Amino acid sequence: MSTLLPENSPGDAAEAAAAVCCTGLDYAFGSTKAVDGLDLTVRTGEVFGLLGPNGAGKTTAIRAITTLLPVPTGMITVFGHDVATDRMAVRRLLGYVPQQLSADGGLTGRENISLFARVYDVPRRERAPRVAEALAAVALTDAADRLAGTYSGGMVRRLELAQALVSAPRLLILDEPTIGLDPIARTSVWERIDEIRHATGMTVLVTTHYMDEAEQYCDRVALMHRGRIRALGTPDQLKADLSGVLEAPTLEDVFRHHAGQGLHGGSSADTSDGEDFRDVRSTRRTAGRVG
Amino acid sequence: MSAAPAVPPAVSAETPAAGAAPGSSASLSLLLVAPRARTGWQLVPARVLAMCIVELQKLRHDRTELYTRAVQPALWLLIFGETFTRIHAIPTGGVPYLDFLAPGIIAQSAMFIAIFYGIQIIWERDAGILTKLLVTPTPRAALVTGKAFAAGVKAVIQALVVVVFAAILGVGMTWNPLKLIAVALVVILGGAFFSCLSMTIAGIVLSRDRLMGIGQAITMPLFFSSSALYPVTIMPGWLQAVSKANPLSYQVDALRGLLLGSPAHLGTDIAVLVVAAALAIAAASALLGRLAK
Repeated sequence: MSTLLPENSPGDAAEAAAAVCCTGLDYAFGSTKAVDGLDLTVRTGEVFGLLGPNGAGKTTAIRAITTLLPVPTGMITVFGHDVATDRMAVRRLLGYVPQQLSADGGLTGRENISLFARVYDVPRRERAPRVAEALAAVALTDAADRLAGTYSGGMVRRLELAQALVSAPRLLILDEPTIGLDPIARTSVWERIDEIRHATGMTVLVTTHYMDEAEQYCDRVALMHRGRIRALGTPDQLKADLSGVLEAPTLEDVFRHHAGQGLHGGSSADTSDGEDFRDVRSTRRTAGRVG
Repeated sequence: MSAAPAVPPAVSAETPAAGAAPGSSASLSLLLVAPRARTGWQLVPARVLAMCIVELQKLRHDRTELYTRAVQPALWLLIFGETFTRIHAIPTGGVPYLDFLAPGIIAQSAMFIAIFYGIQIIWERDAGILTKLLVTPTPRAALVTGKAFAAGVKAVIQALVVVVFAAILGVGMTWNPLKLIAVALVVILGGAFFSCLSMTIAGIVLSRDRLMGIGQAITMPLFFSSSALYPVTIMPGWLQAVSKANPLSYQVDALRGLLLGSPAHLGTDIAVLVVAAALAIAAASALLGRLAK
């Protein structure tokens, strides 16, 4: 896939080209280590998939990158801005779609996007055309003036995508964007992400459970398990690395290989894998609301 | 309370629009340029305006809450007010009791709407709306201030309903536009304080059920220990002390002064409300992070 790198990368090329650079990140909830010495670099312009089971630490890592959680140990930079000390600058570069269905059902699609145009300081004269463009980009123009509460699950996800896009972010962060959606809606959401990425050249960091999605849409993936990256590379590379062990391995095989039986649970890992009642409830609620 | 979350129909439904024109050539020219950041003093008023607009848009789409919440103040004025006007049991300094009561009920209905605002914050947390707002370039204090004033605007609209009802019952209030603007300001300040009190409690208890319980437990004591129903002078000493520490008393005093022209300490009242709102905003902002975790 084509990537849009800045023409003149000053200084250390790898650093300068990094959309996200995360070094030695630790995060613990009480005695449970959710993220354990995470090192991660997302290159500018790529679609980077962070894969892992519930409780792997993906959402915690995303929340640290999005400035929602403090960074107690380690360092995270977003396009060179330190997440711990330069929060506002980082937030202006981000578009974030959380795992929950976060559009407000009491507002229309257009109003949902306008709110984000306002909080990102889009000037008044530019607001309406920009919101209209965001609506068109996710094919919601016809439904723009209906309450979001009447939207289907896929439409809500696309609306959230438009909310994230209205501020022209350089990094789009999507936490389980297709959880609970039917296959048609999933494809539709990914098609929009892909189109927008190609049109704008923005970097996309996405977490997902679905290996097929990661294989099809991500340039590179990281397999995360118990707070650490267990494997990193393009889906083809990861599969090729395992071809000596298995015949025609899928990404899911790669994942099983690296995550081991922890993926299946059923051991003492269940009590220490970081997934608490709230995580499960939140995931199920989202899936339930998507229908 | 806010409207229901974005619940889609239960059918597996991508609308035709979903499949429409993949690769559609919608122009994205505006979405390529990031807007210029507002900085400094302009940021907070801009966020306050954004939150107030959202609140008004929600009220425009669904006015049910406005009507259902009007029932209780209407009953207070119609039943309690009319009856006690006849009994002449409460010394009101020559003002008919219904007139004396009306500003108290305006303050009470505005407080009731604001004191449960924390539930909306917890709902927004559960729905992911709060998380998303916290990732925007909005400092927490600006977000809380925005929410506080949005609650204030909602309270003003609720107060308007009570004012109209009181006028229908024949309460002799001022129609001086400047005084009415001041009334709106006082109601907004009260709404901002009580909504932040609610958001502060939300930040401590973190659950809707507990907040509901605490909200129920504190509303009536706040109401009865204020000067909404009777003058402070007829209260026992200990209750007078409580009343002095209750911002609702200052709000009622200011509303009486403005609406009825009765003797009031407007300067003190507004100063107390401003300081109380500022402290509550600071407390709620400090605890907002707990809700985001």
